[in-house]
Amino acid sequence: MKLLPCSAAKTSSPAVQSNVEDELEMATVRHRPEALELLEAQSKFTKKELQILYRGFKNECPSGVVNEDTFKEIYSQFFPQGDSTTYAHFLFNAFDTDHNGAVSFEDFIRGLSILLRGTVQEKLNWAFNLYDINKDGYITKEEMLDIMKAIYDMMGKCTYPVLKEDAPRQHVETFFQKMDKNKDGVVTIDEFIESCQKDENIMRSMQLFENVI
Amino acid sequence: MAAGVAAWLPFARAAAIGWMPVANCPMPLAPTDKNKRQDELIVLNVSGRRFETWRTTLERYPDTLLGSTEKEFFFNEDTKEYFFDRDPEVFRCVLNFYRTGKLHYPRYECISAYDDELAFYGILPEIIGDCCYEEYKDRKRENAERLQDDLDSENNQESMPSLSFRQTMWRAFENPHTSTMALVFYYVTGFFIAVSVITNVVETVPCGTVPGSKELPCGERYSVAFFCLDTACVMIFTVEYLLRLFAAPSRYRFIRSVMSIIDVVAIMPYYIGLVMTNNEDVSGAFVTLRVFRVFRIFKFSRHSQGLRILGYTLKSCASELGFLLFSLTMAIIIFATVMFYAEKGSSASKFTSIPASFWYTIVTMTTLGYGDMVPKTIAGKIFGSICSLSGVLVIALPVPVIVSNFSRIYHQNQRADKRRAQKKARLARIRVAKTGSSNAYLHSKRNGLLNEALELMGTPEEAHVGKTTSLIESQHHHLLHCLEKTTVSPSPATPTPPPPLSGFRTHILKLVQLQKSKSVPFRVKSSEEAPEEWAVTEVGPALPCSALRPHPTLHPSHGPFSVTEAKGSACQSPSSNGQISRSCYGPQRRISGGPTLVLGDAL
Repeated sequence: MKLLPCSAAKTSSPAVQSNVEDELEMATVRHRPEALELLEAQSKFTKKELQILYRGFKNECPSGVVNEDTFKEIYSQFFPQGDSTTYAHFLFNAFDTDHNGAVSFEDFIRGLSILLRGTVQEKLNWAFNLYDINKDGYITKEEMLDIMKAIYDMMGKCTYPVLKEDAPRQHVETFFQKMDKNKDGVVTIDEFIESCQKDENIMRSMQLFENVI
Repeated sequence: MAAGVAAWLPFARAAAIGWMPVANCPMPLAPTDKNKRQDELIVLNVSGRRFETWRTTLERYPDTLLGSTEKEFFFNEDTKEYFFDRDPEVFRCVLNFYRTGKLHYPRYECISAYDDELAFYGILPEIIGDCCYEEYKDRKRENAERLQDDLDSENNQESMPSLSFRQTMWRAFENPHTSTMALVFYYVTGFFIAVSVITNVVETVPCGTVPGSKELPCGERYSVAFFCLDTACVMIFTVEYLLRLFAAPSRYRFIRSVMSIIDVVAIMPYYIGLVMTNNEDVSGAFVTLRVFRVFRIFKFSRHSQGLRILGYTLKSCASELGFLLFSLTMAIIIFATVMFYAEKGSSASKFTSIPASFWYTIVTMTTLGYGDMVPKTIAGKIFGSICSLSGVLVIALPVPVIVSNFSRIYHQNQRADKRRAQKKARLARIRVAKTGSSNAYLHSKRNGLLNEALELMGTPEEAHVGKTTSLIESQHHHLLHCLEKTTVSPSPATPTPPPPLSGFRTHILKLVQLQKSKSVPFRVKSSEEAPEEWAVTEVGPALPCSALRPHPTLHPSHGPFSVTEAKGSACQSPSSNGQISRSCYGPQRRISGGPTLVLGDAL
């Protein structure tokens, strides 16, 4: 990832000038993605698809990176009836693989490549990564509850029939009953993948968005 | 959905895979893109300027012309591009709307042209971005005012025979130029207002002394004369007020209006004076009442537009005036206090109290400087000079705001008047042009008739005799002819007997004869007098053309299908003349004047 020289980090800037320079840096931060050929090799998209994706991406984020607020804004426009900020936050963390607070085009492509063109195994892996908030390799009940609450918040209150207060909790219980084979209170990646592969519905729904691009 | 957000939809859908493992129920099927095309560039040719964009960009807004299949109607197979015969400048804004999701309004563009373009492309003007919305709304309001103005003035000029007596009277009052009676009334009232004001003034002038008594003002010396004058004026004013009250469309609103209050205040003192007895205690109040007679001068505001504008300006600058007053009061109090305490020490100082110092402060701040109160101490002089310097500033600040307000309103008014005057001149010019063109038109029509007749005869050499009419015109005539054929009914009394079917040549000769004969007036008068008649015999069913012809102001460039006219042209309905009035089509909007052509008798 190349950064423009004007936004290169300054090693020793006096404290007096740092404010001005920080502002300048923030204003002129531009991320240019890797070359098209490289991205094509790294992801499973064709050149044309990458072009289309980048055009849309660049249109929305001329600076080349998406930050969390933009994420949340976009999601709130797609799901206006509820509060999608929490879920957007989790999703952002899932996309931001190098955890630098910004999703660049490479991260974006990496995520989309898995979701749209990856194998079922890769997709399930990605989903596990999404649920595992602290990225420790285990999904605990608390993490799952957070995720569930975020999804239910996104739904909003305008559902029919009206969802009960403890619907997320119920849902988590169901989930753990299905996934947690050894009943140790956490779900590991293997348990997760195994249980999902046994479920017909989940397998089928994984193929749902194959032709989005 | 905004343009930008639509671009993120694939991402959102992909991320939906995150819900799948936790879902309890099976997911619905995804909609398939039946005719999924590779995104392609499409070329939009707008009056020669080529714009290119991606197909998906345009499809972001499927309920507009460019985003829907409606644009296929404009597809040009030969050049494989979409051709629009519209303004390329405005198209730039429209296309940018698709690209960025924001619609901007360019300031240099005419508002009605812009609206037309937006309507063509199926875009609601309400989605104009915040950056340009203010400007757009302001321009739109101005335009609406202008249109309303034109409509009002048009209504005023049209003679509405169905006005009641009351309504005519009200119109006469409001607009003295509508009739001579109104003008007379206007001048008479103006004269009497002037007389009344002058008598009030002259009353107080000391006339010569009567031997044996002190100098008297004229009012007391010639009290009878002045009383008669006053009575006459008040009678006129009363009559005028009552007439206005009678004619007002909404009496309640009239009573509450400023002008009527001024009228009442102007005439009340007289009646109260009549009613009151010559009592000593009330004579003081009586004198006060006479002061109110000076309000008669405000009646002049009905006669002067400038005065009305001034009043309106003061009303609209109420906040500025209020600020001026407030800041002045603050400054006066501050300086009066300071001066009082500064001058407290000096002996025989006129600054006896703070309210007494107010007078000094006001006189100094407004740079009057009467000199009746002068500071004597050094401190007093210093503060006095500061006071006079600051006075200039405080007064000079709000005044330009009021001035600019007045200027704006005054110019607006001037513009309305100028527009009306210009419109009159413009219409006069159009009339002149119309008569010129209609003469040429008739000429060509005559030749056209001959042309068509000769063509029918089958001799190609003779077919090109005379001037050729354009294809559009001939198609138009044909259309009108068809209409006439549909609706014409044979008239009972015809001046000439039906010609024998003896061939076309005789028919043409008859036509020419008729033209040459004096029985048919051929000129087109440009005045509003009796409409012209042009009786041409219908020479048999084979001859396609008849006396039916359109109004000469119909724009030829409107194409063969548009029988309706562009705005601004007129078609006077000749039905009032009792003639066969089938030659009238299009909007019936009248512009006074203009030649009228009436279909004559058709055999």
